[in-house]
This record gives sequence, C-alpha cells and structure tokens, in this order.
Amino acid sequence: MTGVRVWVEAAELLGPGLPSWDTARAVLAGHEPYVHADFTLPPPPQLSPAERRRAIPSVRLALAVGAAAIAGSGLDPATMPAVFASSGADGQTIGGILSALALPSREVSPTGFHNSVHNAPSGYWSLAVRSREPVTSLSAHDGSFAAGLLEAAAQTVCDNVVVLLVAYDLPYPEPLHGVRPIAASFGVALVLSPARSARSLAELRIATIPMSVDEATECGEPRLEWLRRGNPAARSLPLLQALAASRGELVRLQLARGGLGVGVTPC
Amino acid sequence: MRPLAITASCLVSSLGAGRPATLAALQSGASGLAPCRFESVDLPTHVGEVQGLDKWRIAGKLARFDSRNNRLARMALAQDGFAGAIEDARRRYGADRIGVFLGTSTSGILHTELAYRHRDSVTGSLPSDLDYAGTQSTFSVADYIVHAFGLSGPGLVVSSACASTTKVFATAARMIESGLCDAAIVGGADSLCLTTLYGFNALQLLAEAPCRPFAAERAGLSIGEAAGFALLERPDRAAPAPVHVLGVGESSDAHHMSAPHPEGAGAALSMARALTAARLRPVDIDYINLHGTATRAGDAAEGRAVMSLFGSATPCGSTKGHTGHTLAASGIVEAIIAALAITEQFIPGSPHTIVADPALECRYVTRAAPALITRVLSNSFGFGGSNASLILGRAE
Repeated sequence: MTGVRVWVEAAELLGPGLPSWDTARAVLAGHEPYVHADFTLPPPPQLSPAERRRAIPSVRLALAVGAAAIAGSGLDPATMPAVFASSGADGQTIGGILSALALPSREVSPTGFHNSVHNAPSGYWSLAVRSREPVTSLSAHDGSFAAGLLEAAAQTVCDNVVVLLVAYDLPYPEPLHGVRPIAASFGVALVLSPARSARSLAELRIATIPMSVDEATECGEPRLEWLRRGNPAARSLPLLQALAASRGELVRLQLARGGLGVGVTPC
Repeated sequence: MRPLAITASCLVSSLGAGRPATLAALQSGASGLAPCRFESVDLPTHVGEVQGLDKWRIAGKLARFDSRNNRLARMALAQDGFAGAIEDARRRYGADRIGVFLGTSTSGILHTELAYRHRDSVTGSLPSDLDYAGTQSTFSVADYIVHAFGLSGPGLVVSSACASTTKVFATAARMIESGLCDAAIVGGADSLCLTTLYGFNALQLLAEAPCRPFAAERAGLSIGEAAGFALLERPDRAAPAPVHVLGVGESSDAHHMSAPHPEGAGAALSMARALTAARLRPVDIDYINLHGTATRAGDAAEGRAVMSLFGSATPCGSTKGHTGHTLAASGIVEAIIAALAITEQFIPGSPHTIVADPALECRYVTRAAPALITRVLSNSFGFGGSNASLILGRAE
C-alpha cells in the first residue's frame, strides 16, 4: 500500500468510561473490562475566566483532548497547525438559535451566533494556545474522523511539520436529536509527526481504499462498538485500540463514499 | 507548492449564472444587491439573492439532498461546461482518483429553520421527513456532488467560516502533492438563511444601504449567496489551461472570535505565506482581491496588512459591492473573478464605493479598468480568526 506515512507522537481521548488515554489504554487493549461511566466536560483552563464560564460543550470537549494530547507530547502547541474534525457545529448553540428563529421575536445573541460556526472550537483553540498557525475545521458527516486524519496527515507530510488532529462529536438536544442521533460525547486527539522520534507510539501508513460503510473495522467489544457506531469521532476507536495494544494492524475507516486504510506499525 | 492548472470553473451569484454573465456584470459595474425580501426576513438591509432557485429543485434518486444550498450548487454545476469537465476527468483519472474538497458555513440549515415552524405541537419533534444528512449536515454539498457524479475519491467539507473556500485550494494541493488523488474539485456553496442574517444583525455588522467596501462611510456588510467550483489538475497531466494556482497561505489571528486583529497581523502572515509558497515577491503581484467586507474594523485591519507588505503601489479592490459577502463561498467566487481578471485583462471595480477612505492608504480601485494582470492575490478571512490567501497566475 502506498499513501502517506506519519508517526503518532501522542494520543488522547475523552468519552464515557474512557476518562483519559493513560486510564483507557488497558481497556482499549482488552486487558481490562470496559465500564460505561458518564462524564462532565471540563471548562478550558487556557481561556480567560469570562470565556471559560461561557465555553460551549464542543469547545470544552475539543480543547480538553487537544490540550491533554499536547501535554503528553512535550511539544509547543503555538508552533503547530491544527485540524479539527466534527460532523457538525455545536448542537446546543445551533438548537438554541433554531428555536429562537422559530419565534416571532427572532432574537439571536451575538455570542450565540459566533459560537454557532463549525470552527468555533478551532478558533478558541488558537486563542487558547496563542497560535498564529493555521487551524482547519472540517466535516465529512460520519466519516469526519477519517477526513480529519487525511487532512492532518497530508499537512504533516507536505509541510514537514508536527500537526495536531482533534475530532469530537456531541449529542444534539431535542428535537435535533430525533433527526440526527449521536449516542454520547466522544473526543480524540492525535499529534502527528513527519519523522519518528523517541516518543513515537506508532507509524501510520494512510491511503484511500475502495470500501463500503459496513466494511469498516469494528471494535469487537460490544459497548465500544456501540460507541463507535453512535458517534462520528468514535469511528477512531479501532485505530485507538491498535495503538493502545501496540498491535500491527490494517484499520479500515469510513470516509465519504470510499474509505481510508491505516496501516499501524507500533514503534 | 507545485502549480496546479484550473482546467474548468463555474459559478452562480446574484450577479448572474456562469462566467460570461459574471464578467459582463463586473465590467459594466452592475451590483446584485437589492433590499432584502428573502423569505420572511424583516431586516433593514440589502442582500445578494440568487433568483429562480426553485427551478433547480433536486428530485428523483438524489431528492434527499434537496436544500437551498444544494440547489445553488446544482445551478452552478450546470454552468460553464463544468459537469462535462467532471465527466471527462472521471474518465481520464478514475472515479476514485478525484478528490472533492468544498466549503460552506451554514450548509442547508434553512431547511431545518423552516422545519422548526412545523414541529409537532405535542411532542415538539421535527417533521419525520427531514433528512439531516442530505440537507443541514455540513458535509451535504460534497456528498451531493459525490453522488451526482459517481465519484469515490477522498471528500471533505472545510467549515472555517469565510476562509473555507480559499483554504480548500491548500487542501487540494496537499492531497494531490501527496498522491492521495490526481485531480480535485474545489469550491463550495453558501446560501441565504435566517441564522446568518439575524446573526450578523445581532453583531451589528449589517449595513442598511448596499455595502461600501473601503469607503470612509462604510457601515457594514451586505450578505449574499453563491456557489462556485473549480477543477484542479497537475499541469503535466492536463490540457493547457490559461490560469494556474501558484500558492496558498494560511494563518490564524489568535485575537478574537469575531473581530480581526487590529493591525491585520494574521492577514499579513497569510499573504506572506502565499507569496512564499508561490516563490514570489510582493512586486510580482499585479492586483490584490481584498476580503473587503465593508465592516469598519475588517477593512481597516486588511488595509494595514496590505500596506505592511505591498505599500500603496499594488492596485487592490473588493468585489463585495457586486455580490455581497457570500461568506464561505466568497473564496471560490473571488478566485474565479481573479482568474477572469487575468484572462480578460481588467481590474474589477467596486459599486457603491465612490471614493476610497484615504485613511486606509492602499491603492483601492473603485471603477473597473483594463489592465495587464499576470498574477492576482486573493484574500479570505473568517470568524475564529481563520485567514487564507490564494495566488493565481497566467500559465507560463
């Protein structure tokens, strides 16, 4: 398989029963049982007190996993381009605006509007880490994680830089949940490097492959598989399982109509 | 970066459908802006609305994609021989070797806005026939094109606000450079919706009169809608094309979510990076297509950024007075206008801007004029402090 080659310098995640990479690693590797547990989204410590209080759920989730991944890499986030992948914009904010627009008064708050853009988390990220490096916010619906991985890997290789990838999706409030069900919140972050280092977890070889949705690699563990199917960012779980287990594997991820083949070679 | 040939392009905006109609409107100084009559919107502002979109309803096998945004995309794809160019590229490269990298900000959210008026009076639920993935989903416009043309290469939609469809040129260049695809469809669509109009109104950024970019009396923006697409290929694998993509630069402001850095530091960095990517100096640029939305702060910041890099020698202008601010679509619309400036040898004017604000110093062009244009730099800046600059040049 040809394609692009990058190294994973750090990984982080936040989801039900998966409070951090260090804690979840044994679960993902299959050494410990998975136990579902609800979790709260921490306010982002990097933002100003006013911004912190008002931080919307998607910003909290994206900044939490992004910052934790960087902390695990020992690298400076201000020097790093970042790619943010999510199937949609912040559900709580969008739901509030849609409700307001259905009323005669049609009152949209200025803050609500600027938080409604898909790139609100990536914008707050560049504010939080004071970075002038590019941030890109993207979607490929249920294939958003794979699309983000492809964009981040292409940046890593073409620009010869370390790139942060953050993918996150959260449940929408009703009535949006009824037309776009997302089962639980899940966020993941990977730090990708164009060269192997002493801290590299694994080498990834990434290529596009012909594939239908039901040919994507599954999780094995039924509750993790429920999470994978229920959240676009959690489509990353089979890749995270291979990384956690230090297992050489070809992981197949859904992307638009085709798929991504990700060859994982542990370091 | 290695140059990419623009082998086909198409667009629709309030100026008209297709490149010839757009060119005629640009050269005659016409504006697509008119008092807002969109849907039930009751705001004292002008908009650049595309008329007749009902005729582009999406039916049959692709009916689930029917939204104002995808109708706009469909209308654009039918212009300028673009659909035929995609078919041809698919035959030459294979369906799995063509990437689809598009941009939008609000996608088909109008569809859901209207559905919210028809919620079940007891349960509050939305109509059961609302197809979220086909309409409101950010990815919908790419999904629609992938299905309409039977493509299976990599696809994604960048939603970095108003920088989106300039950033996709960088994405496409990287994907082709790394061998992940051989050709790419870039561009996108953004359509009028209540979220955008009432949202910008809440930010007090809408002008009552048609927008007047870079004028001393500028008072905010006029919202427009548009769709546009371009086919990018490696020059050594394509038929000769008159205009090439020479470089793209990207940066962040890291200043504020919805206000630009006052000195335009992020904007200057984005332009400088585009020049570096194209291996050019400021003096090599014949015309700068400004983001120029006509907000007080935005134009001032961009003017400072241009002055810091180019001084007052390089002519610059904004076409927002023609089209309104088409938000995430503005990058592709203005890339196609920049290509027209190169092939048709002219600098566009700026309807509604009578005299440029002397405080902004740079050489702002208010009336369309013939000019020898070899290379154009085009800016797109968005919420979240996301900046992108594109350089197009005559193929050598």
